[in-house]
Amino acid sequence: MGKKNNNIFDAKQTLTEIEDKFEMFQILNEEGEIINDEADPKLSDEELVELMTRMVYTRILDQRSISLNRQGRLGFYAPTAGQEASQLASHFALEKEDWILPGYRDVPQIVWHGLPLDKAFLFSRGHFMGNQVPEGVNVLAPQIIIGAQYIQAAGVALGIQKRGKKAVAVTYTGDGGSSQGDFYEGINFAGAFKSPAIFIVQNNQFAISTPRELQTAAKTIAQKGVAAGLPSILVDGMDALAVYVATRDARERAVNGEGPTLIETMCYRYGPHTMAGDDPTRYRTSDTDNEWAQKDPLVRFRKYLEAKGLWDEQKEEAVIERAKEEIKEAIKKADAAPKQKVTQLMENMYKGEMPSNLKEQYEIYKEKESK
Amino acid sequence: MAQMTMIQAITDALRTELKNDENVLVFGEDVGVNGGVFRATEGLQKEFGVDRVFDTPLAESGIGGLAIGLSLQGFRPVPEIQFFGFVYEVMDSISGQLARMSYRSGGVYNAPVTIRSPFGGGVHTPEMHSDSLESLMTAQPGLTVVVPSTPYDAKGLLISSIRNDNPVIFLEHLKLYRSFREEVPEEAYEIPLGKADVKREGKDLTIIAYGLMVHESLKAAEELEKEGHSVEVIDLRTIQPIDIETIIASVEKTGRAIVVQEAQKQAGIAANVVAEITERAILSLEAPVLRVAAPDTVYPFPQAEGVWLPNYKDVMETAKKVLTF
Repeated sequence: MGKKNNNIFDAKQTLTEIEDKFEMFQILNEEGEIINDEADPKLSDEELVELMTRMVYTRILDQRSISLNRQGRLGFYAPTAGQEASQLASHFALEKEDWILPGYRDVPQIVWHGLPLDKAFLFSRGHFMGNQVPEGVNVLAPQIIIGAQYIQAAGVALGIQKRGKKAVAVTYTGDGGSSQGDFYEGINFAGAFKSPAIFIVQNNQFAISTPRELQTAAKTIAQKGVAAGLPSILVDGMDALAVYVATRDARERAVNGEGPTLIETMCYRYGPHTMAGDDPTRYRTSDTDNEWAQKDPLVRFRKYLEAKGLWDEQKEEAVIERAKEEIKEAIKKADAAPKQKVTQLMENMYKGEMPSNLKEQYEIYKEKESK
Repeated sequence: MAQMTMIQAITDALRTELKNDENVLVFGEDVGVNGGVFRATEGLQKEFGVDRVFDTPLAESGIGGLAIGLSLQGFRPVPEIQFFGFVYEVMDSISGQLARMSYRSGGVYNAPVTIRSPFGGGVHTPEMHSDSLESLMTAQPGLTVVVPSTPYDAKGLLISSIRNDNPVIFLEHLKLYRSFREEVPEEAYEIPLGKADVKREGKDLTIIAYGLMVHESLKAAEELEKEGHSVEVIDLRTIQPIDIETIIASVEKTGRAIVVQEAQKQAGIAANVVAEITERAILSLEAPVLRVAAPDTVYPFPQAEGVWLPNYKDVMETAKKVLTF
């Protein structure tokens, strides 16, 4: 064993210094008070009301989706309650021309980006029409493979850059997703090309049942961006204003040619991982649930808006009614979608001519499905 | 017309398409200044600039994701996977994503991506550089898989692949890169995907092969000719989809067939061809359709390559079994 030499680079200290830099960025505290005046984005009254409207609407959408799933009227569904600020305030900082590459829990963002609600329901039901995105809505279907969207976002961002457009590619994953190789490859590629991407990790504390502390020795997920040379930020994901500002600034840097950003939003999903049998009581305590419920993004934003005289029970009721009505209409529309056919799936496999093997099978299924 | 090796024909095809369509992008590991480890992209960065021909970080999955994302912005990416043995690193991007782009989006998006990659044995590489992994690709609906066996075909097939609106896996046999030259037109020309080529006509036996094995089969056919057998040799060129029409027409004529592949026997392209023949032409057959393939081990250490890889003698041996059945 050599004796301690003070001149030797202290790698442990360097790590501690980096990790300590990642303090959680917050603007609005749990009481709905601005605690970081300098960072206040000073959104207009209309904007504040719109953001609140979207969060309330999405909470209702989540409740209705869960109940529709239980009635067998929806299929695959990943609950979103608790993540409204993380999802919708980040989306609120985007423009129409931006591209969204969502994970499977990120349906609200693509709906607010323009995907019709009935299509979101068709996606849940496993109908291909759910993924037929209307022209001009720059979103991909929710990604099932954890992290795959990260490398694709690097590609979309490079494409945007090569086209000289003022836009960004935004992608979402979770704390579990940040362990995937594609996570690192995605942020590293975008960093190397300095392309306009925003990588958002919604750290909702559990990857299905595996807690955040088992995912990585890193103190924060945000600091993982440092290794790829990305400006990175840890933000209170229950605070709509903080999430908005972090995303707005990331977007500004990206369109100014300053490259990608990694954002970790600290949040919580109240519900199960998906509606396919996950039971959170197996891996979470009600104490933890309650602790996070105190931080609820809607509660604190509501308090903030009420104090400004921008929100009241009546307004909230109106949004709830509107959401319920629109959900009902969208379900009706989804119910009216034609039954999907195997021949349609075959038609969708390739652009242009089908290969000879499929062409032959197509004739067989055409016959079968005509009966 | 110029005499070109296969690698030169490939470079020529890339140059042709970079010129022809500004949406074509060529990228991968060391494809820029270095011109690729086999020089397939020699001089292209200098000619077309770093915006269109560029190096990527060393990560195959990332290269696949990059190609997908770029195609969503209207580009026609032609990424290189440095050796096809590295394909495991990019399997999700290829099979889980690229192949499903059109299907998943209900035809809204498509992915006109051509992934080029060297493969194939006989040149004493380290492990994971020579494996014939094409059936991983042909097992995935949504992909077209092309394996040229000559410089002329390589150029025409690569141009067709790049112009195709769907993902194409373009596999270049290492040993064929510089093994011979032939005349290759300087202008752009397409060879249709999914069409086999009858390399040699014959009456007694059909040999179906692709890649390097086309040449072993042709050599075997010549030898068999000397012994009085008239042998037809078909180069599949595209291994998904397979040109069944050409195969069946030939088998109906000869009544006997063997299928030759460099890959291991299990679950290979040859098995697929045999199945197609028995399904469609059993009454024309005078003998069972046999396969020539490598044994079912992983790709061997280079010192054992010589015996492990199928060669013209193996082809002759199997051909004789079928001819004398």
